[in-house]
Amino acid sequence: MLEIKNLHVSIEDDGTEILKGVTLTVNAGEVHAIMGPNGSGKSTLASVLAGRDGYVVTEGSVIYKGVDLLDMAPDKRAREGVFLAFQYPVELPGVSMANFLRQAVNSVREHRNQKVLSAMEFLKLMKEKAQLVQLDPSLKQRAVNEGFSGGEKKRNEIFQLAMLEPTLAILDETDSGLDIDALRVVSEGINSLRSSDRAFVIITHYQRLLDYVIPDFVHVLVDGRIVESGGKELALKLEDQGYDWLKPTESDPITA
Amino acid sequence: MSSSDTKYLREVESSEYEHGFFTDIEADKAPVGLSEEIVRFISKKKEEPEWLLEWRLKAFKRFEALVDEHATPEWAHLTIKEIDFQSICYYSAPIQRPSLDSLDEVDPQIIETFNRLGIPLAEQQRLTGVAVDVIMDSVSVATTFKAELAEKGVIFCSFSDAVRDHPDLVKKYMGSVVPYTDNFYATLNSAVFSDGSFCYIPPGVHCPMELSTYFRINEAGTGQFERTLIIADEGSYVSYLEGCTAPQRDEHQLHAAVVEIIAHKDAEVKYSTIQNWYPGSEEGVGGVYNFVTKRGICSGSGSKISWTQLETGSAITWKYPSVILKGDNSIGEFYSVAFTKGRQQADTGTKMIHIGKNTRSTIISKGISGGRSQNSYRGLVKIQKSATNARNFSQCDSMLLGDRSGAHTFPYLEIQNSTAQVEHEATTSRVGEDQIFYCKQRGISEIDAIKLIVNGFCKEILAQLPMEFAVEAQKLLAIELESSVG
Repeated sequence: MLEIKNLHVSIEDDGTEILKGVTLTVNAGEVHAIMGPNGSGKSTLASVLAGRDGYVVTEGSVIYKGVDLLDMAPDKRAREGVFLAFQYPVELPGVSMANFLRQAVNSVREHRNQKVLSAMEFLKLMKEKAQLVQLDPSLKQRAVNEGFSGGEKKRNEIFQLAMLEPTLAILDETDSGLDIDALRVVSEGINSLRSSDRAFVIITHYQRLLDYVIPDFVHVLVDGRIVESGGKELALKLEDQGYDWLKPTESDPITA
Repeated sequence: MSSSDTKYLREVESSEYEHGFFTDIEADKAPVGLSEEIVRFISKKKEEPEWLLEWRLKAFKRFEALVDEHATPEWAHLTIKEIDFQSICYYSAPIQRPSLDSLDEVDPQIIETFNRLGIPLAEQQRLTGVAVDVIMDSVSVATTFKAELAEKGVIFCSFSDAVRDHPDLVKKYMGSVVPYTDNFYATLNSAVFSDGSFCYIPPGVHCPMELSTYFRINEAGTGQFERTLIIADEGSYVSYLEGCTAPQRDEHQLHAAVVEIIAHKDAEVKYSTIQNWYPGSEEGVGGVYNFVTKRGICSGSGSKISWTQLETGSAITWKYPSVILKGDNSIGEFYSVAFTKGRQQADTGTKMIHIGKNTRSTIISKGISGGRSQNSYRGLVKIQKSATNARNFSQCDSMLLGDRSGAHTFPYLEIQNSTAQVEHEATTSRVGEDQIFYCKQRGISEIDAIKLIVNGFCKEILAQLPMEFAVEAQKLLAIELESSVG
């Protein structure tokens, strides 16, 4: 589904290279966790996959469902099924959740040649999906993320994931700032959305989310490269030993 | 600003004016230029009584003096090319002077024009119950629902008809809120006004329908000088809607209207406007100059006047719908969205003059500026000595689309009574790239994202509009935001 090959990415403004050759293959139905210390390039990877401005791909390729992902506009990527759960969800004052999501859902459905939902059908769907992450149905009247608590914002991201039914869901530090109860709710939401035709790339600094959402693969990103890959036990080892043992030394480059 | 943002804004700038078409209706015109003869010509054309001619002539003399003094108002944050008042045609009427009973008698071409504007008149009557007093150029073409209104004693007719049929009311109230000496453009209007609307709600009557008028400039080089007079007698209520679009022309068209509202004891008037005159080309060629004087007086205690406006058109907008809060416990409100793009300039706001005790006013103004436009809010809150316990709340928010436009706020406070409570809040923001990206990441296109964000920004104002008008307002905002190339 997703094939990242030797991806090099720099910051547009100052040319600083953040990703220095990332290679990663994600198949349908798989859950990949990407872990790594602060500043290792995890969020940059998420941003580049979603098509955020401000980055330049200097080398490498990203093929999504057989086509060049990097060639697609961000809204096209979304309609093709790429979803990013934001680390910092953005507030849209005065724009109701219902209005926002109806436009989003219907643009995605139109793209997939599915029937556009009527107002009634849409509200029904919204109510149903909100329950997945225990969001209050009164949510639909509220402005997008405005006045939401930190936990609500994160749950709102997973709720939107459920509404949009993407094929590739990228979760950027969805667990950060969540207390243990909220973490459980979010995790259950994610688990209920796992399916054989949907892949997850979960970016996280801590492994505690992975106690609830069991990944098929864990990759460690250090200084713009994936330095180690393994199964879920790798996450536990990281929890135990930290990242230091993975950091490259000049004489002893570590290969995955 | 990202390059994609800039690209979008260029597209918006270059989007063609949607309503820019021209209907070829034979017109009965005055010769070009302004003189005492022209004023007499207009008055004669309209078969006016002597007192009105005299009033016009007094205004004309005053105007001549103002022109001699070069007294065009220059305090606004506007760049206005000198207007040649002698190159304007001051009167133009459709050739068939109407005295019609039904729409069937209206020139089919006029109906077609309205259909193209998306205002199917017949449908509107049937479905919405809105009485539409249509103004095509300067003369009323069709007046509907008259009978139903008459039953309640509501008078809703063209200004000319009011002069003929209700001269006492016109004489009593015309110029009582905006005297002919008020300002340069009000003086001009008083001399040459062609037609407009008149509305009187008798004591205790809740007007059974929303009153609506569509204005439209339709003749090359024809200025329009409407006059509207609304009188709400004791304990009455009326909601009045005014909306306009204009066909595309190359030369500047001057529009200098006057609106006067009188609210007696416990009366309420809600006045809503959608203004969409032709804004001129991307380079700033052509477009309507909209210099309007709108003012209401809450003359009785417990009365209320509320202005709501959506301003999207005109090359230049100069407009300050105001309320004089004379009656004790009276309320004045001003809700405004002003959207400018291309080379448009808007200097708009309000004046709230508190005279009575316990008077309250609310001002909420939202300015959106794109392209190379300049958008200014100018507002005066004046609390006179007599206005014990007056309250005002003002909020002025500006949103910038792109980095070549300007937003300005000029609040003036004059407070002469220490019991007054006055609050002012102002913000300026840019449509955030992060907001647009967030929407795009959910599959929403850039233009739809901007529409959503702008609509959200204006929400509390649009909510003030009557239902069917709010829908039209949203549509208009969307059209304004849309690029011609999609």
